[in-house]
Amino acid sequence: MDQVLNWISEHQQMIYIVVLMVFLGIEVIGRVPSVLHTPLMSGANAIHGVVIIGAIIVMGKAEADNYLAIILGFIAVILGTLNVVGGFVVTDRMLEMFKKKK
Amino acid sequence: MGISLLTVSYLVASVTYILGLKMLSNPASARKGNLIAAGGMTIAVLATIFLYEEEGNGLHNYVWIFAGLLIGSVVGTLAAKKVKMTAMPQMVSLFNGMGGACAALISIIEFNHLTRNSDGTAAYFSSLDGVNLIIIFAGLIIGSVSFAGSMIAWGKLDGRIKDHAFKGQHIVNLLFIGISVALAAFIVIARPVETPIYFYVILSLSLIYGVFFVLPIGGADMPVVISLLNSFTGVAAACGGFLYDNKAMLTGGILVGAAGTLLTILMCRAMNRSLTNVLIGSFGGGATASGGAGKAQGNYKEISLSDAAVVMSYANKVMIVPGYGLAVAQAQHTCHELEKLLTEKGVEVKYAIHPVAGRMPGHMNVLLAEADVSYDKLEEMEQANEEFASTDVVLILGANDVVNPAAKTDPSSPIYGMPILDVEQAKTVIINKRSMKPGYAGIDNDLFFRPKASMLFGDSKKVLQDLIGEVKNL
Repeated sequence: MDQVLNWISEHQQMIYIVVLMVFLGIEVIGRVPSVLHTPLMSGANAIHGVVIIGAIIVMGKAEADNYLAIILGFIAVILGTLNVVGGFVVTDRMLEMFKKKK
Repeated sequence: MGISLLTVSYLVASVTYILGLKMLSNPASARKGNLIAAGGMTIAVLATIFLYEEEGNGLHNYVWIFAGLLIGSVVGTLAAKKVKMTAMPQMVSLFNGMGGACAALISIIEFNHLTRNSDGTAAYFSSLDGVNLIIIFAGLIIGSVSFAGSMIAWGKLDGRIKDHAFKGQHIVNLLFIGISVALAAFIVIARPVETPIYFYVILSLSLIYGVFFVLPIGGADMPVVISLLNSFTGVAAACGGFLYDNKAMLTGGILVGAAGTLLTILMCRAMNRSLTNVLIGSFGGGATASGGAGKAQGNYKEISLSDAAVVMSYANKVMIVPGYGLAVAQAQHTCHELEKLLTEKGVEVKYAIHPVAGRMPGHMNVLLAEADVSYDKLEEMEQANEEFASTDVVLILGANDVVNPAAKTDPSSPIYGMPILDVEQAKTVIINKRSMKPGYAGIDNDLFFRPKASMLFGDSKKVLQDLIGEVKNL
């Protein structure tokens, strides 16, 4: 119990962020027209690719003789990058077609 | 200096995600929004690589990191550029699965890191930080469920995997996930010596759960599942944010988690079903039989191409209802041509777009936008339903479940309660399909046997080209 309370007070900033982001996330897309649902889903998909940062940190911290960490970290970096780059490019391709019309 | 610059970079990145999502929800700014979020992401990634420090040490293994980034970027860009518009939903699902796998891998590495001393001997488990362990497990379970589920969703949309359901599957599923969570809780509380074995048991169970979770969910519900898995991955990314005290990961992850959940609920609402209903009520497998399949349905009539051309050319108002068939046939350009041709002849042509037509919400909008169809010709469902009464001809192109009257009249139908396009109010309904086979939800459609309806069989693109020819010859 103490551990949990300690953790909460240590990470209170993070917890505030979580609470605020939950509301913001709902608020921000609340007014989206259904036309944009697919690109929005795809864009959100690219944004959660931010998990790549974690992969980079893991990879960058791995000791040179820790092969398991290096190999898994390397795969994680590749997969994370796929998520980010692929996600943004696909979204852009969809939106490009919207833009052409006047 | 470096560390505070990193903080600023993360702050900038977080703001770009919020701005990006906001701008993505407006047609005029959507593309810019996507680029802004991508820019923020680039800043966050570069800042992490060069500025991140832990206990005064920067990162190393740069060769590996850049090699990974390079491979991922090249493959990701090529895949995203080459994919056909029809395969877009699968692609999103695939990328989503990659993100989930990434989150799960991070948890695996961190777990190994936590449970091993620097000299390689097993660490004394009781000294591990309990809350950190919880976060690692959360990231592991959510990430692997999201990965496995997305892969199955991808396979299903791509036609590689069929629906599978067996009796009591939901109970088995609950057991899988229940045991994973219970094992995780057990490890956190009791810290057994065999923790690493349990850890991989949890990993396997989560993966299996992801597979069995998506397998029984049938076609029409796949968009909802992808959106749900999308928000799962968001939460898994946020777990990483807690683990590394990283605000950019946290904001990005939670933002997507929240927005994704709302989007999932909006989609369910469009189909007038609850999320539990979608997830528990297996749509594909068992429901097919109850979908009025055995009913004697009488005869349908066919219409010839030239008759269809005449009917449409001399109509005052034509509504086109596009569906997945149009997407598969890549007929959006041909469809636009027919629309222009009819408009030149003084016919008012509009498109009636059902929110879940195709395989993803907005799928049809994207497709028609590609063919340069103008915005104001696209009518959303409510608007369209008001206009059908004054419409002479409805042309249905490869849509099925979204015009199935069973959704209104037959309580035993699996799609009962879903709002549909009320095409029957129009004077004539012409239905283009490849065959009499049922649609994606696997249920028969009474509409085809109604007196107002006539069938025009064939591939959408071919039929539209022929129609154009006929209309020109009139």
